[in-house]
Amino acid sequence: MYLFRWTRGKGRGISADTLGESLFQWLSTIVALGVVGVLALIAIVLFFEAEASIGAFGWSFLGGTVWNPQPPLLFGALPFVYGTLVTSALALVFGVPISVGIAIFLSELAPPWIRIPLTYVVELLAAVPSVVYGLWGIFVLAPVMRTSIEPFIQGIFGFLPIFQGTPIGLDKLSAGVILAIMIIPTISSVSREAFLAVPDSQREAALSLGATRWETTRMAVLRYARAGLFGAIILGLGRAVGETMAVTMTIGNKNVISVSLFDQGQTIASWIANNFTEAETPLELSAFIELGLVLMLMSLIINIFARLMVARVLRRGEGAA
Amino acid sequence: MKFPFDRDTRRRWIDLAMSGAAFVCVVIAIIPLGSILIEASVRGLRSLSPAVLTATTGQGGIGNAIQGTLILILLSALVSLPVGILTGIYLSEFGKNRLGAAVRFFVEVMTQVPSMVVGIFVYSLVLELGLIGLGSPRLVFSTISGVLALSTIMVPFVARTSEEALRLVSIAVRESALALGIPRHRTILRVVVPSASSALVTGGLLGIARVAGETAPLLVTAFGNNDWFRGLDQPIESLPHTIYIWATGPYVAQNQAAWGVSLVLVLMMLGLSIASRVVIRLRSVSR
Amino acid sequence: MATKLRVESVSAWYGEKLAIQDITMDIEEHMVTAVIGPSGCGKSTLIRCLNRMHETIPKARVEGKVLLQGEDIYASSPVSVRRRIGMVFQKANPFPTMSIYDNVAAGLRLNGVRNRDELDKAVLASLKQAALWDEVKDSLDKSGASLSGGQQQRLCIARALAVKPEVLLMDEPCSALDPIATAKIEDLIFDLKKDFTLIVVTHNMQQAARVSETTAFMYLGKLIEVSNTRELFERPREALTESYITGRFG
Repeated sequence: MYLFRWTRGKGRGISADTLGESLFQWLSTIVALGVVGVLALIAIVLFFEAEASIGAFGWSFLGGTVWNPQPPLLFGALPFVYGTLVTSALALVFGVPISVGIAIFLSELAPPWIRIPLTYVVELLAAVPSVVYGLWGIFVLAPVMRTSIEPFIQGIFGFLPIFQGTPIGLDKLSAGVILAIMIIPTISSVSREAFLAVPDSQREAALSLGATRWETTRMAVLRYARAGLFGAIILGLGRAVGETMAVTMTIGNKNVISVSLFDQGQTIASWIANNFTEAETPLELSAFIELGLVLMLMSLIINIFARLMVARVLRRGEGAA
Repeated sequence: MKFPFDRDTRRRWIDLAMSGAAFVCVVIAIIPLGSILIEASVRGLRSLSPAVLTATTGQGGIGNAIQGTLILILLSALVSLPVGILTGIYLSEFGKNRLGAAVRFFVEVMTQVPSMVVGIFVYSLVLELGLIGLGSPRLVFSTISGVLALSTIMVPFVARTSEEALRLVSIAVRESALALGIPRHRTILRVVVPSASSALVTGGLLGIARVAGETAPLLVTAFGNNDWFRGLDQPIESLPHTIYIWATGPYVAQNQAAWGVSLVLVLMMLGLSIASRVVIRLRSVSR
Repeated sequence: MATKLRVESVSAWYGEKLAIQDITMDIEEHMVTAVIGPSGCGKSTLIRCLNRMHETIPKARVEGKVLLQGEDIYASSPVSVRRRIGMVFQKANPFPTMSIYDNVAAGLRLNGVRNRDELDKAVLASLKQAALWDEVKDSLDKSGASLSGGQQQRLCIARALAVKPEVLLMDEPCSALDPIATAKIEDLIFDLKKDFTLIVVTHNMQQAARVSETTAFMYLGKLIEVSNTRELFERPREALTESYITGRFG
C-alpha cells in the first residue's frame, strides 16, 4: 500500500512541490496515528498501573464488596458496579420514553416552523456542564424528591422493596433522574435521525390503509427504524455509564449495595472522583485504576456495540433488521 | 370519563392522547433546562459582584478560577486545535482507505472514553514519567497535567468536527483546483481548508466550550488552588472545580454562590457558542 | 351502471401553487377509469384527493366535493374514507419489517380483527384476488421486502384489498415494473373490476387503452376530456387530446 506517490516531474529528480506534498501527507498521517497511539497509551498505562491490583485480587475484585484502605488491604468493585448499573438502568427507564416521545414529536407531529427551534432547545440540554446539573440536583431536584415525589411514590408503591426506607433526596433515584435528563439529547437526536430516514412511502402505505397518525408512527416509522432506535438507546447507556459529576453530587456517596432506590449508593465514576486523591497505598491506587479500567471497558463495549447498530441501519437504509 | 365505544372514535382518542403524550415529553425535557437557567440567573446574579470576580477563592471570590479556566482552555486549544485539525485533514483527505477507516474508528472510540478515566490516565502517566526522571511526580497536580487531560478529551472531538467540516467542501472545488495544476497539499492548504474555515473554527470553539465545563479529570490533575496562577508546574483552579467544591461544601453562603460561578461558566460557554455562530455569519457575508 | 364516485369542482393546491383546477367527473362502478396526461398535469394530485391523501402534505389544500355514493368524503373522517377507498402507489411499498402475512393483515388488524381464523381467511382471499397466493403460499412468514418488484406490487394490492374497499386507486402501478410483471398486473386489473371500482393513473396510453372503459385526459391541472376509452382514442373531441394521443407532446 502506497502511503505516498513519487510523481515524476519534468526534468530530473523530485520537484519541491512533490516533496512538500508527500511531507504534508506524512505529517498529517503521523499526527493521526499519534492520536490513535494515545488511545493505545491509555490502555497500556491503565493496565500497567492496574496490574498490582489485578494480580492481588484477580476476578474476585469484581465481586468484592469491601474497600479497606487499612491492612489487611482488600478492595472490591461490586458496590460501584452495582451503583453504575442501577443508575444507568434508571436513566434508561426514564430517559428512553421521553426521548422517543421527543423524537416522534419532532419528526412526525411538530409543525415545520417549530422544528428547528425546538430541536435546538433540546440540544441545549447537552451543553449544560455535568457539574451544573449536579448543583441543580443537590439544591433543586433533591429537595423536591425528598419532600414531594419520593413520599408520594412510597405512599402508593411502598410495599415494593425498591421504594422502602426513608427518602433522603440525594439517593440512587435522584441520580438516575439526573442521568436520564442528561442522556435525553443523545437518545432523542439519534432517534430523530432514524425516524427522519424512514421513507415517506412507508407512512403513505399505512395512511392509505386508514391508519391514524399514531398508528402510522407505530406501524411504519417505529418498526422500520427500530434498529436505529436500539442503537440510540445503547449510545445513551454508554453516556450514562461514564457520567461522573452530576452523579457524584446526587447519589449520596455511600459504598453500600441496597435494594431501595431511596438509599444512597456509589458508582464507579463517583467513587473515583471522590476518593482517588485520598488513596493511601500504592495497592489502593492500583485498585482505583483497575476500577477505571473496568469503567472504560464497560463504556467501550457499549459504545462500539451501539455504533455498529447505528452504522448498520444507516448503511442499509432498509428497515429489515 | 365516558368512552364512546365506537372503534373509530376510540382510535381517534388514542391518536390524540399519543400526540399529547409526545408533546408532554418535550415539555418534561425543557423543564430542567428552564429551571437551571432560572436558578442560575436569579441565585447567581445575587451572589456575583465585581469584588467576587476579582478576589481569589481563598478570599471568597472566583477571580483565580476564571483565570485558571481561561489558562487551561487556551493552552489546551493551543495543543489540541492543530493536532485535531491535522487529524481531521488526514481523515478527510487521505483517509479513504482501510488505514483511514481504522483511524476514524479509534478516534470515534476515543471520544467515548469517560472523562474520569482520562483524568486518572494522565495522573498515572505523569506520575510514572516523573518517577523515571521525565519531569517530576509532583507534576501530577499541575497546570500541565490539566492541559494534558483536557487535550486528550478535546483532540478526538476536534478531529471529528474537522473531518466533517472538510468533507462538506464540495468535490467541485477540489477538482477545479487540481485541474489547474495545483499540487495536492497546496490544494488542501490553500483551497479546501480556507473554504471550510468557518466550520473548522466552529468545531474548535465548540470543543473549547466543551472542555471548559469538564470537572472530573481536573479533580485528579489540575487539582485546585486557592490563589492566582502560580506556574505551569503548580496546581490551578478552575470554574467547574469551584462549583463542585462550593456546592458540596458545608457553608450555605458558598452553596448559593456556586450558582454565581455556574452563571459565569455558562455565560462563558454561551459566549463561545455565539462566537462560533458569528464566525459562520461573517464568513458567509464576506463571500 | 351506477355512479360510484362523483368528483365535483375539485381544485387542489400545494401551498400557493394551484395543481388541479375545477375537476368534475363521474366514476362508474365496477369499471376501470384511466387518467392520462403528460407529466405534471395533475393526475396523481387528483387521485390523491380522492382518498384524502393530498391533505397529508404540509400546506396542501383541497376545495370541492367528492361524493362516494352520495356522501362527501371531506365531511367524514379520513380514516373511514381511506378504508373505503384504497390506494396502490407507484413504487411498491410493503412494510419490510413485517412478513407477507402481516403485510396483508395490517389493515385488518388496524380495524380490530384479532381472530386468527378470520385473518387467515382474509389473507388467503386477498392474496388470491391479487394473483399472488400460489407464489407465496409456502413462504407467508418471509419478509415483505423479499419478493421481486412485481410481486411486491401485487402484495401491496393484496394489502389494499384486504380491508375490502369499494374503490381502488392505482397511481402508475406499473411504471417501476418490467413488461412481464406489468402484464400480470394489467390482467389483475381486468379481474378486479367485477368486485371493485378502479381508477388507474398511467402515463402509458397503450396501457390505458388496454385496461380501461373510461379514460380522462388531463393537461396542466385541468380536465380536458373524459369519455369512453375507445371513443377518446379513436375520435377525441378536443384538439389537445388528439395532439397528446398522436404523440405531438408529452
